[in-house]
Amino acid sequence: MQASIEEIHSTALSEIETAQDAETLKALATRYLGRKGRLTQFLRDIAKLPPQERPAAGRQANTVKRELEKRFAEALAQAENHAAAHGEDAIDVSLPGRPARVGSLHPVTQVNQQICGIFSKLGFDIAEGPEVETDYYNFEALNFPPHHPARDMQDTFFVSDGIVLRTHTSPLQVRVMEKTAPPVKTIAPGKVYRCDSDLTHTPMFHQVEGLLVDEGISFGDLKGTLTAFIHRFFDERIRLRFRPSFFPFTEPSAEVDILCVICRGSGCRVCSHTGWLEILGAGMVHPAVFENVGYDTSRYTGFAFGVGVERLAMLKHGIDDIRRFFESDMRFLSQF
Amino acid sequence: MKVSLSWLKTYVPVNLPVGDLADKLTMAGLEVGSVYDRYDYLKAVIVGCIREIAAHPAAAHLKCCRVDTGDGAVSVVCGAPNTAVGMLAPLALPGAVLPDGRIIRAGQIRGQASAGMLCSAAELALESDAAGLMALDDRLTVGEDLKSALQLNDPVLEIELTPNRPDCLSIIGIAREVRAIQDCEMRLPDTRLHDENDRAAHLATVTLQAPDLCPRYAARLFEDIRVGPSPFWLQDRLLSVGQKPVNNIVDITNFVMLETGQPLHAFDFDRLAGQRIVVRKPGKTLTFTTLDGKERQLTADTLMICDRERAVAIAGVMGGQDSEIKSHTRRVLLESAYFDPASIRKTAKALGLSTEASHRFERGVDPLGVVDALNRAARLIVETDCGRLIEGLVDTHTALPAPRNIALAPERANRLLGTRLAPEEMTQLLESIGFKVTPRAPQTPEGGLNVQVPTFRVDVKRPEDIMEEIARRWGYDRIPTTFPKISTAAHRENRPLELRDRIRQMMTGFGFSEAVSYSFGATQHPDMLKLAPDDKRRRLLRILNPLTEDQAVMRTSLLPGLLEAVKRNAAWQIRDLKLFEIGHIFIAAAEKQQPEEIETLTALWTGAGETGLWRSGGRNCDFYDMKGVAEGLLGGLGMQGLRFTRLPAEQCDYLKPGYTAQIVVSTRRVGAVAQLAHDVLENFGVTQPAYIFELDLNQILEHLPDVRQFKAIPKFPAIARDITLIISRRIEAMDIIDSVHGLSEPLVEKAYLFDVFEGRPIPEGQKSVSLRIVYRSGSGTLEDERVNRIHKDITDRLVQQFGASLPA
Repeated sequence: MQASIEEIHSTALSEIETAQDAETLKALATRYLGRKGRLTQFLRDIAKLPPQERPAAGRQANTVKRELEKRFAEALAQAENHAAAHGEDAIDVSLPGRPARVGSLHPVTQVNQQICGIFSKLGFDIAEGPEVETDYYNFEALNFPPHHPARDMQDTFFVSDGIVLRTHTSPLQVRVMEKTAPPVKTIAPGKVYRCDSDLTHTPMFHQVEGLLVDEGISFGDLKGTLTAFIHRFFDERIRLRFRPSFFPFTEPSAEVDILCVICRGSGCRVCSHTGWLEILGAGMVHPAVFENVGYDTSRYTGFAFGVGVERLAMLKHGIDDIRRFFESDMRFLSQF
Repeated sequence: MKVSLSWLKTYVPVNLPVGDLADKLTMAGLEVGSVYDRYDYLKAVIVGCIREIAAHPAAAHLKCCRVDTGDGAVSVVCGAPNTAVGMLAPLALPGAVLPDGRIIRAGQIRGQASAGMLCSAAELALESDAAGLMALDDRLTVGEDLKSALQLNDPVLEIELTPNRPDCLSIIGIAREVRAIQDCEMRLPDTRLHDENDRAAHLATVTLQAPDLCPRYAARLFEDIRVGPSPFWLQDRLLSVGQKPVNNIVDITNFVMLETGQPLHAFDFDRLAGQRIVVRKPGKTLTFTTLDGKERQLTADTLMICDRERAVAIAGVMGGQDSEIKSHTRRVLLESAYFDPASIRKTAKALGLSTEASHRFERGVDPLGVVDALNRAARLIVETDCGRLIEGLVDTHTALPAPRNIALAPERANRLLGTRLAPEEMTQLLESIGFKVTPRAPQTPEGGLNVQVPTFRVDVKRPEDIMEEIARRWGYDRIPTTFPKISTAAHRENRPLELRDRIRQMMTGFGFSEAVSYSFGATQHPDMLKLAPDDKRRRLLRILNPLTEDQAVMRTSLLPGLLEAVKRNAAWQIRDLKLFEIGHIFIAAAEKQQPEEIETLTALWTGAGETGLWRSGGRNCDFYDMKGVAEGLLGGLGMQGLRFTRLPAEQCDYLKPGYTAQIVVSTRRVGAVAQLAHDVLENFGVTQPAYIFELDLNQILEHLPDVRQFKAIPKFPAIARDITLIISRRIEAMDIIDSVHGLSEPLVEKAYLFDVFEGRPIPEGQKSVSLRIVYRSGSGTLEDERVNRIHKDITDRLVQQFGASLPA
């Protein structure tokens, strides 16, 4: 018996050694380790040995079995690698995969999500409101008196007496403050409409409004918050400037420019050769607006801002014509 | 507002390079949109030298000149009397645009080639001489452009003014800002007039019948008027900011308006009946011809300037044709008035007529600047010798407004701005732009400063307005950047928005791209969609001033936008599309009410089932592809109790009957999955089948579970058994599954369909349906015999219930 297991062991090893390919190895493995294999048979025969011999024989046979299993696996892997390396067993990996394509999120959505994401992390809530708005919320409560030239700043679509398509997301300032006592920290994304259409204007576009009201909020805070936002949205090195402007619902009012991302300030077509790009309007909430929502103007101050989403998307992605956003051209959409 | 540097410099020295000046004005809130040189048109005009002169064969008064351009010679036909060989004269080359708008082109003049135009000084707006060619200095270089040869520079700043700054709608207004920026002196024109008598008041009377709309009307009279061209310097000023000279009287009124911001109007005094001016509302509608020759319909409450009998001007907007200055005008009444801004705006809006005058009046002119402007014009009329002043000022007014005084608490200003300016610094900043600042008496409770606002600053009304002036003068860029003390309250989630973002994420995961279409629609869209007469999506919200007819209403469906996208993409050879859009649809409510806005999702799939799959047989998408997306999306959102049921044909409108399932959640219809009806596709110019999936997201949100509840994971193995039934093809598979569930057999864990087959060997009109039932017990491993027994029982019941047979 002793000789026999050693003989099985050594012949198996030498046969593994001389086997040329995976097929032969698999057949060999069956011949030794299969259900009717030599080693399997040997193990079965142990039962026929005298009881005192069985443990030693069993131990030895199992050791051999484990070694052979290991050797077969190694040899097989080697043979397969060898075959693959010599191109004998390969698939055409250059063929395209079975499509598992994802669609694309509209660039306006993506930029919207980025803006909302930045401000959410700063603790701002997100509010939304109707796109067809009353004159009160769109204009009057925001300190645009009737028959005031400031109304010309926004070409308005009218629906009926006292109802307009909102020209900005600023009505949300009033809607939010009417419902919430200060402090307020809210942004409001949404569609807005202006009666205007050319290379840089579409009758519908998207804005994100922001509003922060609390005790002791200053113009410096407005600068800090918007600077942080712009740095996060573009990059930390981008230069920006705040300059005086006018909105009826803020005082002081500011326009925020960034150094042209195309020409870096030397002047180009995109920045109308000024070196600067206007990207948002902002200011300290006008006391008249606070009065309209019943906030105590002696106690609270706040800032508000509005940013054009398409404008940011165009600058970020280098899109040259705002109308592309709304044509649903797959050649455009699939790039984002 | 255009400001030429040459004109600006007559009031204030400009020490800064023009680029720096533009930057500083921008940073002071007067945004300089662009800077160009007034003489840029001279870059296309060169110094030419006349080498030869020949008679024109067809016209006695014309000559054919050979003109040296410094780069060869060209032929130019010229009619000037002073042409001479060897003369240097300006030659406008083809493409040049002259100040009067003429574009020079190479061509033929009466049969002779002419490659440009030799110009007079007047034609180039350089001097008034129009008699002959402008003789240039012999020392100039032939061929050099005239702008550099004559060293002509006059930068013009185009300032984009915000509506709160009417004070800057004048060169003097801009000069005041420049003065503050440079901290220098200003020279204002002398407007003093010493009337020896009040003859004018005896000749003309002014009556204010609507003092709320016109609280002040001043006038002066002139006689011996000689209407003619203005002196060159005056024309030159107007030309420098792009205004065309008309005649001396009109030019002077325009000049003074541009200089001071106060619009003036000149009437032919002899055309005023009764030699009276009455400022009033006509009280009835009327037709009136303005001096641009247009007939205009005016409402009864339009403020008009009238004489004894009739209207002679639309107050503050435009004068009438009848009383305008003509070449034979001998006496002039010059008007300088203050009109109520809102009234002027209403009139200008109603007429769709915006003029330089109405633009200024509706923003607010300086109520105390009325007479100064009038006097300035009077002096110019006299100085330029176009008429004689009839002495005496006519100045009719109600109580004149006093300058506004505003109390300013410096520490409040510092708190709002985030600055630490001393009251003295604030005082200095405000005084630099004409505010008068005095400390308030110490006993007043708030202390601080008293700020007197100059009357031309009609926009400054509150302490915050003063604070903006301080910040503006100090420089926004110098205000320290700080961060608000952010409260630690966590951001509150916005469920509708998060639902939409999750849907977007899943839809793109399913391979759909997001579209954003205009929220507008066309009036005929409901018909094109074959909506039922009582469908609420026929309640269109109309836009009163749409840009185009196909954007005349707010959309009541997202489908037209997506179908138009399909059509557009087809034109670009893109026929395989998976698109979705999330947006509002608008259902009109009662007049003067906001519409109902419903957040909606529509997905559309057309073309290939799997785009560009190299191993596929090129299968096109079908109903079940789209339904799978709907199921996947709703399942992914965690919707419970969903059912897809056949939508009756009579409710299908734009959907194809028989190929339409409505999505129902606890008896409410929340959406549909369907193939689009062929004729509807045709209505939108789409030529291939398309499948859609629509959801009312407002409703989905109502039915969405807040928190998913955990169900214990089964401990014991399941046993699956299959059934294949041959049934009528009219039976819906879902009924069989429902029936299995309806048996309420406790061991049935789930039942689902895994195969449907029609065709041989299944008899005509029948189909084979295979379902799998999964059995499981919560209390132990099931035995085969027990399952077999139950399964046989279920099979028998189904066979009986659906009249089914089992496969052979």
